[in-house]
Amino acid sequence: MAAIEVRNLTKKFDGFTAVDNLSFDVKRGELFGLLGPNGAGKTTTINMLSTLLTPSSGRARVCGYDVVEEREDVRRNIGIVFQEPALDNKLTGKENLEFHAMMYGMNKEERGRRIREVLELVELSDKADVLVEKYSGGMKRRLEIARGLIHKPKVLFLDEPTLGLDAQTRRRIWEYIKKLNRENGVTIILTTHYMEEADYLCDRVAIIDYGKIIAMDSPKKLKDRLGGDVITFEIEEKADELADELTSVISKLRFVKSVKRHDSKLTLTVRRGEKRIPQLIIMAQKKGIDIKSVTLHKPSLEDVFLHFTGKTIREREASQRERNMYVMRRRFGR
Amino acid sequence: MINITAIYVLWLREMKRFSRAKSRVAGTLAMPLFFLAFLGLGFRGMNIPGLTEGVDYIHFLAPGVVGMTMLFTSMFAGISVLWDREFGFLKEIMVAPVDRLSIVIGRVIGGATTSVLQGILVLVLSILMGFEPASISALLLSIVFMLLISSTFIGLGLIFASKMRDIHGFSLIMNFVTFPLFFLSGALYPLENLPVWIRCISYLDPLTYGIDGLRGTLIGVSSFPALFDFAVLIGFSSVMTFLGAYFFEKSEPV
Repeated sequence: MAAIEVRNLTKKFDGFTAVDNLSFDVKRGELFGLLGPNGAGKTTTINMLSTLLTPSSGRARVCGYDVVEEREDVRRNIGIVFQEPALDNKLTGKENLEFHAMMYGMNKEERGRRIREVLELVELSDKADVLVEKYSGGMKRRLEIARGLIHKPKVLFLDEPTLGLDAQTRRRIWEYIKKLNRENGVTIILTTHYMEEADYLCDRVAIIDYGKIIAMDSPKKLKDRLGGDVITFEIEEKADELADELTSVISKLRFVKSVKRHDSKLTLTVRRGEKRIPQLIIMAQKKGIDIKSVTLHKPSLEDVFLHFTGKTIREREASQRERNMYVMRRRFGR
Repeated sequence: MINITAIYVLWLREMKRFSRAKSRVAGTLAMPLFFLAFLGLGFRGMNIPGLTEGVDYIHFLAPGVVGMTMLFTSMFAGISVLWDREFGFLKEIMVAPVDRLSIVIGRVIGGATTSVLQGILVLVLSILMGFEPASISALLLSIVFMLLISSTFIGLGLIFASKMRDIHGFSLIMNFVTFPLFFLSGALYPLENLPVWIRCISYLDPLTYGIDGLRGTLIGVSSFPALFDFAVLIGFSSVMTFLGAYFFEKSEPV
């Protein structure tokens, strides 16, 4: 039995489809990532899987329980760390954990032990009796992760677990997440718009854009699908037509898997890229195009996203924001 | 399936927050105190039409002001779900394996406890200012009425909180719901002085029976028999709590 089964899951808000016919499975013990730009529908998906939102159509099962019909069974088996803080600022860290443990029906002895354990795990033991309103952003995040773990959930949802955290805290949280998954066998499903986070943590990644899955596989296989190294040429901007010509010539070359051009950048996927750079530069010069810079790198998930959508995740976020504004304006009749 | 632990922990949370919100409590107590001081002293010894013979205005007013305290603190307790939504904590509550009814009961009991505590404080203050309740048992009996008023308006607050998306509508509700409920209830003057058509509206206001019941128990003078007030309030509080639970259940926390 899969830990999570999602079939044709859809959520519409006033005619705007946030999640569009999503289907996927997450195996037990897997660390699964939903990767996509802000507004792609990741949080809405998590909210439906954690029973906070009712799907418009489609079905989903978590630990074998239906997220609509068997809400309480689902809730008993999951832990969740929300994207925005969901703590009571007027309680201390420990009281927040105590509240949670009691809501999940743990007895006093077990509560005390688990709270000590999770506080140690996230290194907040010395701040346990401080009011949460005095915590920093990173501390709140760690407290929330600790809280999500107290009741030993079978499935843990992490919605943008490292959003807005500094590099050092992010690293630490990554290590907690890995450790949890490896040592305790917790199935983890996390959403992120950080490529390197998905790459580093996830066994499998679903790339999601405009509420749809556009690719799903292990980060390695996704990158392999691009078929080689990524070479980016930065060319002079004025040579628009010439650049088009060059793009079409390059795309006909046998060793070139794909070419994408956006603005003054030409991105190629090439096998054994380092050997092909000189040849490509000569070709460009013959066309009369000056190349300002060349970079070669092993493909990242960013390149995978670019490959499947034709846009970088940042560009997509910008256009997504515009779209959201448009929807908002329509909704409020402005 | 009622979850006692969940109800207890929700109640406990309210108690902790209450004990830490001293400035808020001082703020809520200030208004009833001013009403008692200025209206009570200002109308002292005045011959107010409709007032039962031999009842001083402060004796008439004090139960009204206790009722007012119950109204304001309870509405606030119900609507405070909105603050939980604003600060995200509502999601934490809603994702726990606890049925919605227990959550509502926990909130109502927690809110009612803090309201009644404030009501008792106001009562003590009014005694210090010259109010003389009929007896000690009268004081205890008045707590029953306080609880009923409180659960009614926490239910009403929950209904509003479930229907509103954010905290911006809060002052609207204070001005267009809470204040009219207060003025219609006869907390400050005998309802007998109002024109008949307004009096008819007053009889739809649960607080009318709450304050009348408080007067009946505290000073032994009331428009209706205290038992009648009690019965009507039982009705109001059950319906309101039920509706509050119903709308809360239907609202989505995100």
